Amino acid sequence: MIFKLFLSFIQVGLFSVGGGYAAIPLIQQQIVEVHKLMTMAEFTDLITIAEMTPGPISINSATFVGTRLAGVFGSIVCTLGVILPSFCICLALAYFYYKYRNFSGVQTILSALRPAVVALIASAGISILMLGLFGTDHNNFAFSDIRVIEALLFIGGLFLLRKYKVNAIAIIFGSGVIGTILYAIF
Amino acid sequence: MEQNVTKQSMHPSDPQHKHVLWQLFKATFFLSAFTFGGGFVIVSLMKKKFVEELGWLTEDEMLDITAIAQSSPGPIPINASVILGYRMKGLLGSLIAVLGTSLPPMVIISVISVFYQQFRENAVIATALQVMRAGVAAVIFDVVLNLAKNVCKTKRYIYIGLMIIAFVLTCFFKVSAMLIILSCVAIGIIDLIVHLKKKGETV
Repeated sequence: MIFKLFLSFIQVGLFSVGGGYAAIPLIQQQIVEVHKLMTMAEFTDLITIAEMTPGPISINSATFVGTRLAGVFGSIVCTLGVILPSFCICLALAYFYYKYRNFSGVQTILSALRPAVVALIASAGISILMLGLFGTDHNNFAFSDIRVIEALLFIGGLFLLRKYKVNAIAIIFGSGVIGTILYAIF
Repeated sequence: MEQNVTKQSMHPSDPQHKHVLWQLFKATFFLSAFTFGGGFVIVSLMKKKFVEELGWLTEDEMLDITAIAQSSPGPIPINASVILGYRMKGLLGSLIAVLGTSLPPMVIISVISVFYQQFRENAVIATALQVMRAGVAAVIFDVVLNLAKNVCKTKRYIYIGLMIIAFVLTCFFKVSAMLIILSCVAIGIIDLIVHLKKKGETV
């Protein structure tokens, strides 16, 4: 059965292009529908927890499913399954990238790609900011719903990062601690 | 200072790189442990850590790695770690970076899966996770401001235009990242052909 799980998670790793949420339907199909290892309710819990905790969703769910079914060994096997395809493919791509990146033709193509990557990161930033400040996405929010504590944390954090180059993890962790205390007081 | 960082080309043989594997593990481990949200969040943190703090990579390299990681199958943080590790120390570097990135979620989930009911219903944890998003957003904005500034510095309107159009399309029209990346590769190829024709060269 462990081997079956391993194969399932290899498929999840192999076919989830675009990361994150692209993997959820694949995991659901493998775990709930094909192998019937979990009920739909358990799967929903799994996604909730995966979203609440750090790390990639597919690694989180692989660990969760693996642990429930076969303890620590299971979690390692399932995680390896998710990682294996990424590992082989990206290693090959990294090899080619570093071999050819200095050719001027390749540089020209990559130069057109880089501004778009900046835009993709910016777009992800907007989604998280909206979720943090309004609890919803940017398509249906109202300015009156703004959460003051989060807005102050965001402005303060950005100021510290820009002006004093404070460590990023300190900012994330600090906003968690300060925000929780502020919510406890008010 | 930024100039300085981008000009340094570091090699694993540098004396500063004695502990490169350990630093690589430590960095990927901590980044992974504090990365809430999707793949682009960890990429911002990696940019801060490896480009700005450690000076291991150039900004362009980090953007290229991001594009490759996004277009390959599998979780973006894992993909980015594989490429980053390979860049620093070959195959061994990749293994170490992937280990660093996968350990925190594995440990955290293993612990939580034992008492996940209590975890889900804990109000303090819920608040902390909610407010932390403000911090995460601040970090991403900081990174994006630096990146966008450098795109504008190229003074090439095609790049600045591409950045703005790509942003509007992904943010407001929910166009998929994959489509954006493929289109920009196509534009890059056209740009290259135009360039070569002007010069009268052959590929």
